[in-house]
Amino acid sequence: MGNNNINLTLNIWRQESAEAKGDFEKFKVSVSPDASILEMLDELNNKLEKEGKIPIAFESDCREGICGTCGLVVNGHPHGALPKIATCQLHMRNFKDGETLYIEPFRATAFKIIKDLIVDRSGFDEIQQAGGYISFNTGSAPDANAVPIPKEIASLALDAAECIGCGACVAACKNSSAMLFVAAKVSQFALLPQGQPERYERVQAMIAKMDELGFGSCSNTYACEAECPKGISVKNIARMNRDYIVSKVTKETV
Amino acid sequence: MIKLDPKIPAGHISEKWTNHKFNMKLVNPANKRKFDVIVVGTGLAGAGAAATLGELGYKVKAFTYHDSSRRAHSIGAQGGINAAKNYQNDGDSIYRLFYDTIKGGDFRSREANTYRLAEVSNNIIDQCVAQGVPFAREYGGTLANRSFGGAQVSRTFYARGETGQQLLLGAYSSLNRQIKLGNVQMFHRREMLDVVLVDGVAKGITVRNLLTGEIESYGAQAVILATGGYSNVYFLSTSAMLCNATAVWRAHKRGALFANPCFTQIHPTCLPVHGEGQSKLVLMSESLRNDGRIWVPKKAGDNRPPNEIPEDERDYYLERRYPSFGNLAPRDVSSRSAKYVCDEGRGVNGGKAVYLDFADAIKRLGEQTVKEKYGNLFDMYQNIMDENPYKVPMKIYPAPHYTMGGLWVDYNLMSNVPGLFVAGEANYSDHGANRLGASALMQGLADGYFIIPYTIGNYFGSEKPAKPDVNSHEFKESKDEVLENVNKLLSINGKQTVDEIHKKLGHLLIDKVGMSRDEPGLKQVIKDITELRDEFWQDVKVVGKGEDLNQNLERAGRVADFLELGELMAVDALNRDESCGAHFRVGHETKDGEAIRNDEEFAYVAAWEFEKVGKWNLHKENLEFEFVELATRSYK
Repeated sequence: MGNNNINLTLNIWRQESAEAKGDFEKFKVSVSPDASILEMLDELNNKLEKEGKIPIAFESDCREGICGTCGLVVNGHPHGALPKIATCQLHMRNFKDGETLYIEPFRATAFKIIKDLIVDRSGFDEIQQAGGYISFNTGSAPDANAVPIPKEIASLALDAAECIGCGACVAACKNSSAMLFVAAKVSQFALLPQGQPERYERVQAMIAKMDELGFGSCSNTYACEAECPKGISVKNIARMNRDYIVSKVTKETV
Repeated sequence: MIKLDPKIPAGHISEKWTNHKFNMKLVNPANKRKFDVIVVGTGLAGAGAAATLGELGYKVKAFTYHDSSRRAHSIGAQGGINAAKNYQNDGDSIYRLFYDTIKGGDFRSREANTYRLAEVSNNIIDQCVAQGVPFAREYGGTLANRSFGGAQVSRTFYARGETGQQLLLGAYSSLNRQIKLGNVQMFHRREMLDVVLVDGVAKGITVRNLLTGEIESYGAQAVILATGGYSNVYFLSTSAMLCNATAVWRAHKRGALFANPCFTQIHPTCLPVHGEGQSKLVLMSESLRNDGRIWVPKKAGDNRPPNEIPEDERDYYLERRYPSFGNLAPRDVSSRSAKYVCDEGRGVNGGKAVYLDFADAIKRLGEQTVKEKYGNLFDMYQNIMDENPYKVPMKIYPAPHYTMGGLWVDYNLMSNVPGLFVAGEANYSDHGANRLGASALMQGLADGYFIIPYTIGNYFGSEKPAKPDVNSHEFKESKDEVLENVNKLLSINGKQTVDEIHKKLGHLLIDKVGMSRDEPGLKQVIKDITELRDEFWQDVKVVGKGEDLNQNLERAGRVADFLELGELMAVDALNRDESCGAHFRVGHETKDGEAIRNDEEFAYVAAWEFEKVGKWNLHKENLEFEFVELATRSYK
């Protein structure tokens, strides 16, 4: 432990199972400012394990902000208050000595709590399965340069495709809407020539699944964009809405 | 007695795969649905294989320990994917990609496999574009390329610094389509803890349901392991937190040979370690070496801030030592060079870091262009290091990143256990003693999309394996053993935590089986690991219970396997009394510190057979080089 460690009080959400009643548990920690918030939890868990106590359940994997596994609400903000980072990229130097932190799971009707800070985000997979793909089989693709794609279109598509599927948009939204998540995928394919054949079926299928799973509707407060670790733009929602309307007037409902 | 038959098809190297595809047995479309395939892991290799096998009509069961198949660690790859498209008209070809890869691997991979990898590389790019992967493009709309280490052509396709993410999401989308169509059944939050053999043939797996702790059996006529590499054996590596060797290790203990375990890649451009509490190391993409210049002060003890060290007092050591490849020298060479200059006391502030400097690139291209090319990597750096890399040079140091070793496979990517296939980083196949940058994504997708879907059909068509009965005694015994192991871990109730022991193992390995290895050190570390393993089984503390979500227990099982694998890495490194690629044995180097191979005695794949914990038997697959000449690797 370095001398420049900071001392913090943590209030961490503990909940044994989906059915159990949860509550905050208080911990005092001393942590290096260079550590990430997840490294702080690692250290705390190591201490709990040593004492024979049950460690705090939380998920993480790449710790580089790209896999979308981690996701904590820190002081009311999904992935903390800083813009455009995932929880694993939140470093303790952003907190002051003596500060109190509240650490909670991503809460939403469609994200059931599994244990402590772990939630069930399988709804996201179901939405993708409903239409988040281009239908073709391995081996049947034409040469990659056969269809030129303007640089700015490819770039816009990538802006949307950067979504890491973490669920912060849902946790940030007062209606627990998944519009930004769905729009990111719909938009990526709507922009690209490869996505055109199924463009309108796709938007209908994905939105229908989203509604079915109990995600709420968009309230246009843009909290999703503000909390998104990749800064996915709400313009994608506008693009999706436009496609959805067009699909309703030009195509039969799927 | 195990007989290693690589099953390399006859003919000229450029015709082997074509001929083999023609000669393989086919399964007619109506019969395909009678075959069940288990795929473990949903990274590029696993998701690619599961999706493609589903498209072909097989019945696939895919498993991941994640909550979603999109989280696999292929997603972390930043820089790009190689292919021999020659879109830049700079003299690239399948043969050149093949040659660069085999040379990059220091002539310790199988010619026929490596050639096939280069051959299918072009199909991969076509496939990904068709999936809607938004690769970087030129203004005219064609695909853009950049350069990576060990190559003098621009053949790397990329999507900003998130190529792995985009490729994985492409594979994930194809997988999702097959899930919807009912061809693939997806099992989340399941960790494979055993492979089940019936009469010596792979017929299924035993998994732990990570939510409930229940031990479950699944049967199939073939099992594909696509479970990634084992860099986390070092504790600190660039691998994701969950990456582990358990699936391949349990398969190894059931008879699958483990090949070249000591071939582990220490990547040159990672962020330096900040302290004991650090959980993992972060990679900065090799693509940064396109424009960044690597240097240290000429004099040891020069602790001035980097911008105050004048040009003529800096040593751009890669450019100096390797003028034709410069900062794009291959990974093993670059890492070792960084270690040398730091060992001389010339690292940043005398410590373990060197500078990666963009000042020249910013002067030449402008900050905006640099931002467009590397913006997200610079942001990531600033976030972690709290320094602005546009103003101050980045600090980097080598870190464990990729493992070339893995389960031994033949040309069909089948292990020596019939019915057990291994794909992606989990197998030993194409990279020899050192992998070139942007080739891991290529290999994962090659194996998953374009190789296993063919070779598995051949296995079904020729062997006609029967469906297993998951209620048979083989499945039950496997379940009992897995459960026994779980209960054993929970009952020790010692004093040390899993992480504490894992860190000890990591220190031992990085020190003695890291960037340089010597005989006394290896002999010592084998002893030390054996002792540490005993310590683990007597003194580890695992809390909670088995019938619950228990991350402590999950980690304990993985570390128990690392403690066995770590020893085998040292045993293999001790056996290989030569320097080649990433395996650097002190005493086998030129006076400039370049590796000296011993082709007479060591041009073979070391495939280890498990006898019991701490005891292995060596089998050798001699590497025949018919089409390339065994040359001394030079990047000067």
